[in-house]
Amino acid sequence: MTASQWLPLAVLASSLLPGLLIFALPEERIGLRTALNLFGAVAKLTLVGVLLVGVQAGNTYSVGYTVLPGVDLMFKADALALLFVSLSSVLWLLTTLYAIGYLEGSPHRSRFFGFFSLCVTATMGIAMAANLFTFFVFYELLTLSTYPLVVHRGSGAALRGGTIYLAYTLGGGALLLTGIVWLHSLVGQVEFTHRGVLSPLSPHYADQLRMIFLLLIAGVGVKAALVPLHGWLPNAMVAPAPVSALLHAVAVVKAGAFGIIRIVYEIYGVEFAQSLNLLLPLAVAASVTIIWGSLRALAQDDLKRRLAYSTVSQVSYITLGVALFGPVGTIGGLVHLVHQGIMKITLFFCAGNYAETLGTHKVSEMNGAGRRMPATTLAFSIAALGMIGAPLTAGAVSKAWLSDGAQALGLEWVGWVLLASSLLNAAYFLPILYRVWLKPAPARWPQEHSAAQGWRETTWLLLLPPLLTAAATLAAGIYADSEFSPLAWAQLIARREYLTPVP
Amino acid sequence: MNDPVYDVAPWLVLLPLAWAGLAFVWGPGRGARLALAGTALQLLLTLRLAAELLSLGGRRHAVGGWGAPLGIDLAVDGLSMTMLLLTQAVAFAVFIYARAYFTDRSADGDGHGARNHFWPLAGFLLAAMNALYLSADLFNLYVTLELLGLAAVGLVAAGGNAAQVSAALRYLLVSLLASGAYLLGVALIYGSYGTVALSALPLMSADAPLAVALAAALMGVALLLKTALFPFHFWLPPAHGGAPAPVSALLSALVVKATFYLFLRLGLGLFAPLGETIAWLPGLLGSAAIFWGSWQALRAQRLKMLVAYSTVAQLGYLFLIFPLLAPDGLALQAGVMQALSHGLAKAAMFMTAGVFLQVSGRDAVADLAGVAGRLPVTLFAFGLAGVTLMGLPPSGGFLAKWLLIDAALAQGRWGWAAVVIAGGLLTALYVFRVVRQAFASTEARPPLAPVPRTLEWTAFALAAASVLLGLRGMEVLHLLDVGAAS
Repeated sequence: MTASQWLPLAVLASSLLPGLLIFALPEERIGLRTALNLFGAVAKLTLVGVLLVGVQAGNTYSVGYTVLPGVDLMFKADALALLFVSLSSVLWLLTTLYAIGYLEGSPHRSRFFGFFSLCVTATMGIAMAANLFTFFVFYELLTLSTYPLVVHRGSGAALRGGTIYLAYTLGGGALLLTGIVWLHSLVGQVEFTHRGVLSPLSPHYADQLRMIFLLLIAGVGVKAALVPLHGWLPNAMVAPAPVSALLHAVAVVKAGAFGIIRIVYEIYGVEFAQSLNLLLPLAVAASVTIIWGSLRALAQDDLKRRLAYSTVSQVSYITLGVALFGPVGTIGGLVHLVHQGIMKITLFFCAGNYAETLGTHKVSEMNGAGRRMPATTLAFSIAALGMIGAPLTAGAVSKAWLSDGAQALGLEWVGWVLLASSLLNAAYFLPILYRVWLKPAPARWPQEHSAAQGWRETTWLLLLPPLLTAAATLAAGIYADSEFSPLAWAQLIARREYLTPVP
Repeated sequence: MNDPVYDVAPWLVLLPLAWAGLAFVWGPGRGARLALAGTALQLLLTLRLAAELLSLGGRRHAVGGWGAPLGIDLAVDGLSMTMLLLTQAVAFAVFIYARAYFTDRSADGDGHGARNHFWPLAGFLLAAMNALYLSADLFNLYVTLELLGLAAVGLVAAGGNAAQVSAALRYLLVSLLASGAYLLGVALIYGSYGTVALSALPLMSADAPLAVALAAALMGVALLLKTALFPFHFWLPPAHGGAPAPVSALLSALVVKATFYLFLRLGLGLFAPLGETIAWLPGLLGSAAIFWGSWQALRAQRLKMLVAYSTVAQLGYLFLIFPLLAPDGLALQAGVMQALSHGLAKAAMFMTAGVFLQVSGRDAVADLAGVAGRLPVTLFAFGLAGVTLMGLPPSGGFLAKWLLIDAALAQGRWGWAAVVIAGGLLTALYVFRVVRQAFASTEARPPLAPVPRTLEWTAFALAAASVLLGLRGMEVLHLLDVGAAS
């Protein structure tokens, strides 16, 4: 086996094996469990680093295994896969640190971290899947491995949230499977290929291909929380904060958005999808989701629910970028995959910190929290400003590329959607910032805990991750033009997708 | 005859008979070790047989040389080989489980009767099943069916409590009725063609005498009755749900598969031409079984009843293949894959139900609250078995589902594909009904009896095997291909 074959497998194994070992560990082996977690995460980052250098140099990494005649389990680490892989593996490390701090002393940690690792393994599989079959295998694995995390607390609300989550995701999986097998029976196994594989098909199949597109997009749209398939996301908020981070930034919604990218670009191909008139409806669905999510976010007083609806809205920026035919919009969508991840994970880390230290779960209880927890609130503010699209943040970069992409197509209404969304984002984030920084703190917090060690706010394990991701939000905005930014990588992908010079 | 295939085959029948007989002679409750050793040997022999069959390639070994003067022909091809492998593998795991299950028990739940009679009856059951897979003529098949039914009824009744005995009586009546009908069919065939050897019988032609059509009907109904296809499933839930866990595992995983195998064998061979006209019927009944069984599983109060109704539903998938049987072989592959993965997963699921029962002394789904934290291995095993039953990747059940949908779509038959998809979602409903309950946090923590680790881990091993089978699909299909061409 050559290096180009075992590297993708090693990326999978670096979270799968620690995960399986962790399941076997007794609850009280905290040190060993932490060591395994961190070893896996660091090993994965190293491997991903090697892959990044290789792919930039033009190497290909792929490996396959035949499951049934004409059906292969295949992995390949290409530029697009690595965009998602690097995002997830960096955030996995930070989330693991955060979760270790967050769950200190709570029961069933071996189970939690075991499924956590499986969940990341599934995400890696989704990112590196080389065909729809493999994608589906890991897509369902992701559903199964996140369920125990969503219901982790075992309360009535958690179980209800878990059931709703399953109902949506398994239903979506069934649609996806139907679409995949249908496509399989039409054209056999298709590998993800730049510029798509279906365009040589005779026009006779156009209607069937449209139906299949609908099935596939609806299938992955559930995880991407496209309206009206988004209902599970706000309900899954009952999960512990690290799980929310996982759902919203590292794995689940990203898997859905990533699936849309693969299907549009590498199964249908943008040009072919455009010729079937599939992109405009997708853009409309994304726009509706963007506006609807923001409107619903406005009405939520529960901080995590507000953030959840904000995710519904923000993830559809990615879909919108995909649906904007042309390299500029593509870059906007791709780069937002990363940018939304780092900004949203910051917000959820901070929400978790507020809940842990002060016991505040509602926006209306957050008056003056900034003075009590300045570091957390600073991180929160940066990420919130990023979401709004304030200059010097990652969000500004995504939004600029997206609106340029829309302009290049002459789709004026998309520009209005983006503007409206930014205003709505401001309308639901700025009042929070006003409350936390400028309003006086209450005499008593709902449930105050002071950390035994670390800063006054909370332990460093809970503080470091949001500060790092907030710094990354700024860096991705300020240094967007550097050679190693997410933007540069998105441009690389777009160049390979369109085979044309990219701005 | 020095053909290695036939050196091995008779031992698969003789060995279980031998250890069952010895266990019977030794007296109640004894013979477990011998049974384990015997089954391990059978498993090795079966593996060797499979290797021989593969190396001999696609030749068909229709007629065995052994015992021809006695009139007992043995035959093995890919289809029967896969079933033999499943039988020995599941039986071996279940026996390890049963040994731990039946020894250190106080007088709760299943009573001593089951323990006293388990080993001899299980041995006869295994001998009958192996003989069924190896038999090559209709009359011998009748004999094995009758033996299989009696041993299975005995196992259900052995517990001795009222519910078990009444379930066993009902099972006995069904079994006798079905065997009688089957025998009548065999007699009609013999009358028409003058032979009962499968290899010598012609395919039933369009102008076949009425007697042959009648025989087909009688034998078909008999086998459906024994396989408990909806609406003939009424006897199954009380029998499988009421028996002690190891017995339920054997019955649900293996015994109903044996009669399904015979139905399939006759449907592919002797009665194949009938398929064009009435193949929709088993498909339709199968669909009804999926919906009805899943619905009942959703409503069941007791975990073992839930698992038993799940068997009713999962058997439905096996019959969906008949309308889709085509030269591309996809549907047949789907059926065999489903039989294998369901066998492994269902045995595992009944075994986990047995663990819950032993630990808490109760069997209600509602009593499972909080089990996740206390019996993680067993819950994990239940979940993995559930993954297979739901047909989620990467399990064997997923491959079966994929092949089935592929077969349906390749022929443009949307309805069947929709049934498969809907069935998977229904399965998810009842599987997660249990899992959800297990994750619920609860204040009450009733004391749990200690449980031997063997029980937990054998169930886990079978469940994991059912999932990992999905990665070895090529081997299964390769084996299935042997002798399938002719």
